[in-house]
Amino acid sequence: MDSVAVVGASLAGLSAARALRAQGFGGRLTIVGAEPHRPYDRPPLSKEFLAGQMTTADLALEGEGEDLDAEWRLGVAATGLEQGRSLRIALADGSAVEAGGVVIATGAVARTLGDGLAGVHTLRTIEDAAALRADLDGARRLVVIGAGFIGAEVACVARALGLDVTIVEAAPAPFARALGPEMGTALSGLHEDHGVRLICGAAVRGLTGEGRVDGVLLEDGRRLDADVVLAGIGARPVVDWLDGSGVLVGDGVVCDTGGATSVPGVVAVGDCAAWFDPALGAHLRVEHWTGAARRPATAVQTLLSGGAAVPDTLAPPYLWSDQYGLRVQFAGHTLPGDEVSVEEGDLASRRFLAVYRREGRTVAVLGVEQPRSFTRWRRRLNEPAGAR
Amino acid sequence: MIPACPLAALPRGEALRIETDPPIAVFHTEDGELYAVDDTCTHQDASLADGWLEGCEVECPLHASRFDLRTGRVDAPPAKLPVRTHQVVVQDETVYVVPSDLPPNLPPGVRTTSA
Ligand SMILES: Cc1cc2nc3c(=O)[nH]c(=O)nc-3n(C[C@H](O)[C@H](O)[C@H](O)COP(=O)(O)OP(=O)(O)OC[C@H]3O[C@@H](n4cnc5c(N)ncnc54)[C@H](O)[C@@H]3O)c2cc1C
Ligand code: FES
Repeated sequence: MDSVAVVGASLAGLSAARALRAQGFGGRLTIVGAEPHRPYDRPPLSKEFLAGQMTTADLALEGEGEDLDAEWRLGVAATGLEQGRSLRIALADGSAVEAGGVVIATGAVARTLGDGLAGVHTLRTIEDAAALRADLDGARRLVVIGAGFIGAEVACVARALGLDVTIVEAAPAPFARALGPEMGTALSGLHEDHGVRLICGAAVRGLTGEGRVDGVLLEDGRRLDADVVLAGIGARPVVDWLDGSGVLVGDGVVCDTGGATSVPGVVAVGDCAAWFDPALGAHLRVEHWTGAARRPATAVQTLLSGGAAVPDTLAPPYLWSDQYGLRVQFAGHTLPGDEVSVEEGDLASRRFLAVYRREGRTVAVLGVEQPRSFTRWRRRLNEPAGAR
Repeated sequence: MIPACPLAALPRGEALRIETDPPIAVFHTEDGELYAVDDTCTHQDASLADGWLEGCEVECPLHASRFDLRTGRVDAPPAKLPVRTHQVVVQDETVYVVPSDLPPNLPPGVRTTSA
């Protein structure tokens, strides 16, 4: 393979470019990115950067003096992928990039409420974070819609800035999608500990205000006053540009356990990709930092070897989050019906380690301020019970 | 030289934190080698003694950057800077650390009380 194009210039794309060079690819490397910026890190956008403790320069993902000998096409989106004698990526400025191999790394975008009101935010990019911060300064009341990790982290920063904060969640517990209802409920106390109001099991009917938001209306008729609203209702994979390309798309680009897509010479990584997870027996789109940073090395192996070796296992998904100064870590994937038990610490002290089991296998582990034992459990995931 | 612990108190595969300023982590690898590095990850405030020891590398317990205990070199982000290494000496069945004179690479927000 003498040329590779990486589409998406963020964590997964940069990690793929690094892996290409590290694995000896010496050909032409083009990196296409819709954002005008060099690759930057997103986790701090809801944490230190939003809090003003980190600058734009601190977000840089590239090392000082790092040179991947790549042609960077920043500030221009890919609009299509065509298969011919080589692969052809059409760009929004009318130009095109031809390559023998393609890495799809277009990530995800925040789901929106679809309201044009000022004061209503989502958080995905550096511009989003700057705009949210500017609005929080001088505001009194923040309503966060959706009790996921990003929403809760923003709530935490806003509390520290002195705002009155309410989180509204449609599910019966916060973090329920990621952690399951039991542990989600166990963590709801965290919010109350810090003076954040949490309203669960409440669907949002709409927003109120003219030009600028002034409240959130709930289905049960309640109305919450708000100067600023953050919609933390998840993200959707950026795959629309692949329409008509032949690349199979479901919830994200459908990939095997090595990152190969349905089109030869095309692999996909990061938040836009749903790799087949043998432990789960299903394709799963993973939206966490570590997957976007580590899996590209596997995908690049797949690409450079022409798919010769498909790994038969996959490192389990892993995420971390900072909640009110506590380190939350979760690895694996939980499904309804998993058995959960607290193995260390206790829920009341908010410092504990919980293990999820399914059919005798340990399938996931949650740690709150338990880095050491968390790592041990994480290493043992998916082993049959008793193998410890 | 700072006494860390009796050699017998640090089995292979284990790590120990000494509460120096900044703290130092001492590792005993499965191959029987002893290494010491600054305990605080260069990315954020995490204790490398809590990390996962594999060969002569330790994986940070938080975001999984791996540090080579021999050189301090980091393999992949999020950590970008190497961790400072220290010399280890074993005398009379006791493990000692000879702290480095070089400046540490502490993460933003973490300071030594002396500096
Ligand atoms: C606020 C926030 C906080 C987070 N906190 C954590 C955390 O604490 N822990 C954790 O594990 N994970 C966290 N994450 C998730 C983590 O940041 C993501 O998993 C990671 O960014 C995924 O990287 P990616 O490169 O796949 O996608 P992205 O970072 O979404 O990057 C995709 C890039 O592709 C570009 N692109 C899109 N379409 C095109 C196109 N057609 N042509 C060219 N370029 C295109 C985009 O502009 C973007 O720059 C957080 C995410 C956010 C937003
Ligand atoms: S704290 Fe060590 S890698 Fe982030």
